[in-house]
Amino acid sequence: MFYWFGRQTLQVIFGIGDYSLFTVKAFCALAKSKRLVRRIVSAVHEQGTVCLPVILIVGLFTGLVLGLQGYHVLSRFGSQGLLGTLVSLSLVREMGPVLAALMLIGQAGSALAAELGIQRNTEQIVALETMGVNSHGYLVVPRLVASLLVFPLQTAVFVVVGFWGGSLSGSLLLGVDSGVYWSAVQRAVEAQDMRECFIKAAVFGVLSISTCAYQGYHSDRNASVMGARAVSASTTRAVVFSSILVLVADYIISSFFV
Amino acid sequence: MGTSSQKFAIQVEGLHKAFNGKPVLTGVDLGVPSGSIFTVVGPSGAGKSVFLKCLANIIPPDAGRILFDGSELAFGDRVSQLEFRRRCSFLFQSNALFDSLTTLENVALPLEQTTSLPNKEIRKRSLEALKQLEIDEYAGHYPAQLSGGMQKRLALARAIVTQPELVLFDEPTAGLDPLRRNAVFAMIAKYQRQFGFTALIVTHDVPEALVASDRVALLNQGRICFEGTPAEFSASTHSVVSDFRDSAAALQRELAVIRTADA
Repeated sequence: MFYWFGRQTLQVIFGIGDYSLFTVKAFCALAKSKRLVRRIVSAVHEQGTVCLPVILIVGLFTGLVLGLQGYHVLSRFGSQGLLGTLVSLSLVREMGPVLAALMLIGQAGSALAAELGIQRNTEQIVALETMGVNSHGYLVVPRLVASLLVFPLQTAVFVVVGFWGGSLSGSLLLGVDSGVYWSAVQRAVEAQDMRECFIKAAVFGVLSISTCAYQGYHSDRNASVMGARAVSASTTRAVVFSSILVLVADYIISSFFV
Repeated sequence: MGTSSQKFAIQVEGLHKAFNGKPVLTGVDLGVPSGSIFTVVGPSGAGKSVFLKCLANIIPPDAGRILFDGSELAFGDRVSQLEFRRRCSFLFQSNALFDSLTTLENVALPLEQTTSLPNKEIRKRSLEALKQLEIDEYAGHYPAQLSGGMQKRLALARAIVTQPELVLFDEPTAGLDPLRRNAVFAMIAKYQRQFGFTALIVTHDVPEALVASDRVALLNQGRICFEGTPAEFSASTHSVVSDFRDSAAALQRELAVIRTADA
């Protein structure tokens, strides 16, 4: 029992250290990477354009649900006029960055882990190394740089669409005055809330993309599964670990801002 | 090992490698003359691929020295590794082509990532390499859209585009029928003469290797147990060499015994 616990603890510590080194190596490779712009543009497309429909749909429905639930809770106290405040602060401080990150993990992160896993499986990563190409610089750096740009942008889109969703259910369907709703939104959101939102989005971006890249890149590490199973296992781990990391980081960052 | 005045592209001294305590290479000594086609043959599981991956700096050996162009390769030294990789190419058994890149992009990738050549020059050189390997009309195709032979040529085009001095071939004919095996060895021989690189091939296809190579070595149980010209290999009375070389005759003898017993 003690032996098992000790071994698991050591494995977790090794994993955290190895992941941290992987991320640091990737950022260090940034300086040496060649012809980076084209690959960053491609990564922005993967994380941005491709994921935009999901962000729009989830953002809209999150706003709709917040408007609906918020209206019924606030009407108990006769405070329907605060619906804009509730929707906007919920979205800007918490739901926008977290849900946008989870959606991006589900689409772009899982795709990245699977792609790198297959590249590992078919010796493409080893081939890069034998050519003298820095595989971190070629495969991971563009995705990390893109995540710093795309996650905050997607979060902003998510939040704005969520505002409209809240307005739709609150004003159009439930009868809250539209002017009251939008003025509450305008009054409630302050610069510090925006700062918190964008800091969270950028941190979640780096954490989730580096976790997904790490899992895919090392999909051959787990000796108990090989081949296609190893790719599927690494993709699952990528999504689970990066989602957990996002929620843990959310709590830590929130504790600094509250 | 050749004469003392002979220049070696790569030399190996006392190479050892074990996995989980199980020895795979147990002191390999070998010298590959510059500008030659050198083939290492051996039965499956003899450690041929491990040997080649140790040479290519993919797997670090446990002990021993590897000298490239007279200088010892230092595994921990990134500059030395990069210098070696700039001058050496590796052809994987599976080709290891980048399946999401086109044929042209596959060939251009090592130039794009390891040189500072302008884009125009990279495109010109890549197209030239494709033309030399007679697959330039498929420049816009993806590897999956090419036949097995074309993929092999594409892998070779990618390997030679950086003008390496040494090309390492890991089982280039594995899983191919006799006609395709001949075609691959003919291709290696043709382009080796055209570009002048040193070719080190590991394979277990003995007949084709004997025809195409300048020198042959036999790796068995982690050691080189024979090294010489193809003619010397054919004439060798070394028991392991004759067992490996005359495996078809041995099979015939075994079958004859079974048939006689059945009768």
